[in-house]
Amino acid sequence: MSDGEHRGPKGLGFDTLSLHAGQVPDPTTGARATPIYQSAAFVFPDSDVAVGLFNLERAGHVYSRLSNPTNAVLEERMAALDHGVGSIVTASGQAAIHLAITTLLSAGDHIVASRSLYGGTHNLFQYTLSRFGISTTFVDPRDFDAFAQAIQPNTKVIFGEVLGNPGLEVLDIPQLSKLAHDHGLPLMIDATFVTPYLCRPIDLGADIVVHSATKFLSGHGVVVGGVVVDGGTFDWRGKDQFPTLSQPYEGFHDLVFAEEFGPLAFITRARREGIRDFGACMAPMTAFQILQGLETLPLRMQRHVANALEVAKYLEGHDMVESVSYPGLESHPDYALAQTMLPKGAGAVFSFELKGGRAAGRTFIESLDIFSHLANVGDAKSLVIHPASTTHHRMDEASLLASGIGPGLVRLSIGLEDPVDLIADLKKGLRGVEKSLRKPS
Amino acid sequence: MILQLNGQQVYYGTGSGHWEKDAKSIVFVHGAGFDHSIWVMPARYFARHGYNVIALDLPGHGQSSGVLLTSIDAMADWVAQVIGAVADDANAQASVVGHSMGSLIAMNMAARHRAVVEQVALLGTSAPMPVTSLLLDAAKNNHHAAIDMTNTWSHSQRSIMGSSDNPGVSNIHAGERWLERAGKSVLYTDLAACNAFDAAELPPVGCPALVITGGDDKMTPAKAGIAVAQMLPNAHVENLRGCGHSMLTEQPNQVLDALSEFILS
Repeated sequence: MSDGEHRGPKGLGFDTLSLHAGQVPDPTTGARATPIYQSAAFVFPDSDVAVGLFNLERAGHVYSRLSNPTNAVLEERMAALDHGVGSIVTASGQAAIHLAITTLLSAGDHIVASRSLYGGTHNLFQYTLSRFGISTTFVDPRDFDAFAQAIQPNTKVIFGEVLGNPGLEVLDIPQLSKLAHDHGLPLMIDATFVTPYLCRPIDLGADIVVHSATKFLSGHGVVVGGVVVDGGTFDWRGKDQFPTLSQPYEGFHDLVFAEEFGPLAFITRARREGIRDFGACMAPMTAFQILQGLETLPLRMQRHVANALEVAKYLEGHDMVESVSYPGLESHPDYALAQTMLPKGAGAVFSFELKGGRAAGRTFIESLDIFSHLANVGDAKSLVIHPASTTHHRMDEASLLASGIGPGLVRLSIGLEDPVDLIADLKKGLRGVEKSLRKPS
Repeated sequence: MILQLNGQQVYYGTGSGHWEKDAKSIVFVHGAGFDHSIWVMPARYFARHGYNVIALDLPGHGQSSGVLLTSIDAMADWVAQVIGAVADDANAQASVVGHSMGSLIAMNMAARHRAVVEQVALLGTSAPMPVTSLLLDAAKNNHHAAIDMTNTWSHSQRSIMGSSDNPGVSNIHAGERWLERAGKSVLYTDLAACNAFDAAELPPVGCPALVITGGDDKMTPAKAGIAVAQMLPNAHVENLRGCGHSMLTEQPNQVLDALSEFILS
């Protein structure tokens, strides 16, 4: 049953799900908003139910590290928005990637990853996971031969970001999914920059999706959180190379997750081992605050991408700008792919190269008033950063250039302000650069 | 667990339990297009309570090989044969629990294999179980529309909106994935078997029966389940308020409570 051309009844629309998925009015109090269940643990009505909850015979909550009713609303909403079978929210986006990776991989295993990644993810893969025996080969996200050649007998997952960081390469998820599946591997995608509103990687062939919920999902910049969404699409049954899912787990009385949980195998193992043992869970208050953001996600993303396109076009026409890397512009090498994969817009984060190099970058950032200079993206407010000296400062010059990061590269995260004001602010910054370059050295 | 029967592989889940020769047995039979893993919670519960659990993949489903069976009679005969083979005892008995198409198989076994079936639990049942030609045609052509129809109609409006009892799980998408896992023609063959089922041709059922209905079940409405119960001499009805046809994921705890009270008492 795989003919995708003829579809039946459609589910609820994205806007409706953003507001409602995972929650009905509280049956006890009638509360319309999602209540914050600020409770570490939950009472068992009797001993048999208690055992049943621990033994995965019953649905419900035991302890807020494993699950919490407020978090569960966010988890179910994210699963619904991303078309996944389930999700787990975590303490941060990094915790989400760690949870997803460690649910699948053990010491001796290998990742093939796009080399255009968020600096923190690059750090995790290159330096930290390698201390625990998990190695990574980084490849050009546009080079599918390189992905194929990097696959080893111990490779367990292919990883990439929908929009590369900070070069904004558009990852061809359908093609990479085919490559991964042809090699018997799952595809894991970080969709932080796009959110399910702009792109649902699972619909395009990805198996597992991770997000930093700190960014556009919440939109307000007041919390840190992450999400792992399981597409339920990868069949782990009988595949010896994925022993955490296909072999008996001693930590749970020899439970074989792929045999007992069907399409819910990965997310169940992640909850019953990764969140249980590593413990990087989300606070219920954080889940509540992210839910407030999710309610307006479609409206915000529309404004984010409209503003981003307007600002990108302005910068592209400016004399002080060497180049603009935004897949929403025809000048971007992945413009055509973006039109197919991201028809609602190519996100609101992009970078541009200033004339004048590193010094010009500094002058520009320090001349801005509306844009905030900080290490984050996806806030309702517009943000700016100089990757070479901040998010990617641990990378040497060669690695920086390989990731498309020049000395004058500036990354913008376009917010929801009036675009006229944003352009005026940028104009001021560019004027500052122009003046500084005219000064005799 | 894997068993070889008539040259074919039979897969069944045990709920992580171990076979005990003198223990009672319980058999779970899935619905159209599904496999044994839909029973994970009750399977684990009854295994912990000392039952020998046989949560089956029907032929051509999940990890059981073999040709798809095209009638409820044939499926019932096969399940009865498997029970004997697993127990290594031609006179073995079991409680048989079936959902949707599985409920027809359980009902059929209770009528035609009376010596095998101790008691029967029928979840989301209807007899007859007519299937609209729109769905049958889509399934016959292996169109995804058949999955969409089956999955959407199997969930209550509340479940489509969400608020799953199982933390973080989207039941509507999980249901879709379960059906997508089935091979080509599986859903059609199963639905056609349901559509052709005629309870009037069956001998009377004598064993105790539990019928679980869903108050918002659009596939097998509660009134159809009640009508089935009225055909049985010794049946109890448990109605799950607000529950759709996918009761094992929509209201797993209520299903388990009803089953445990019926089976263990």
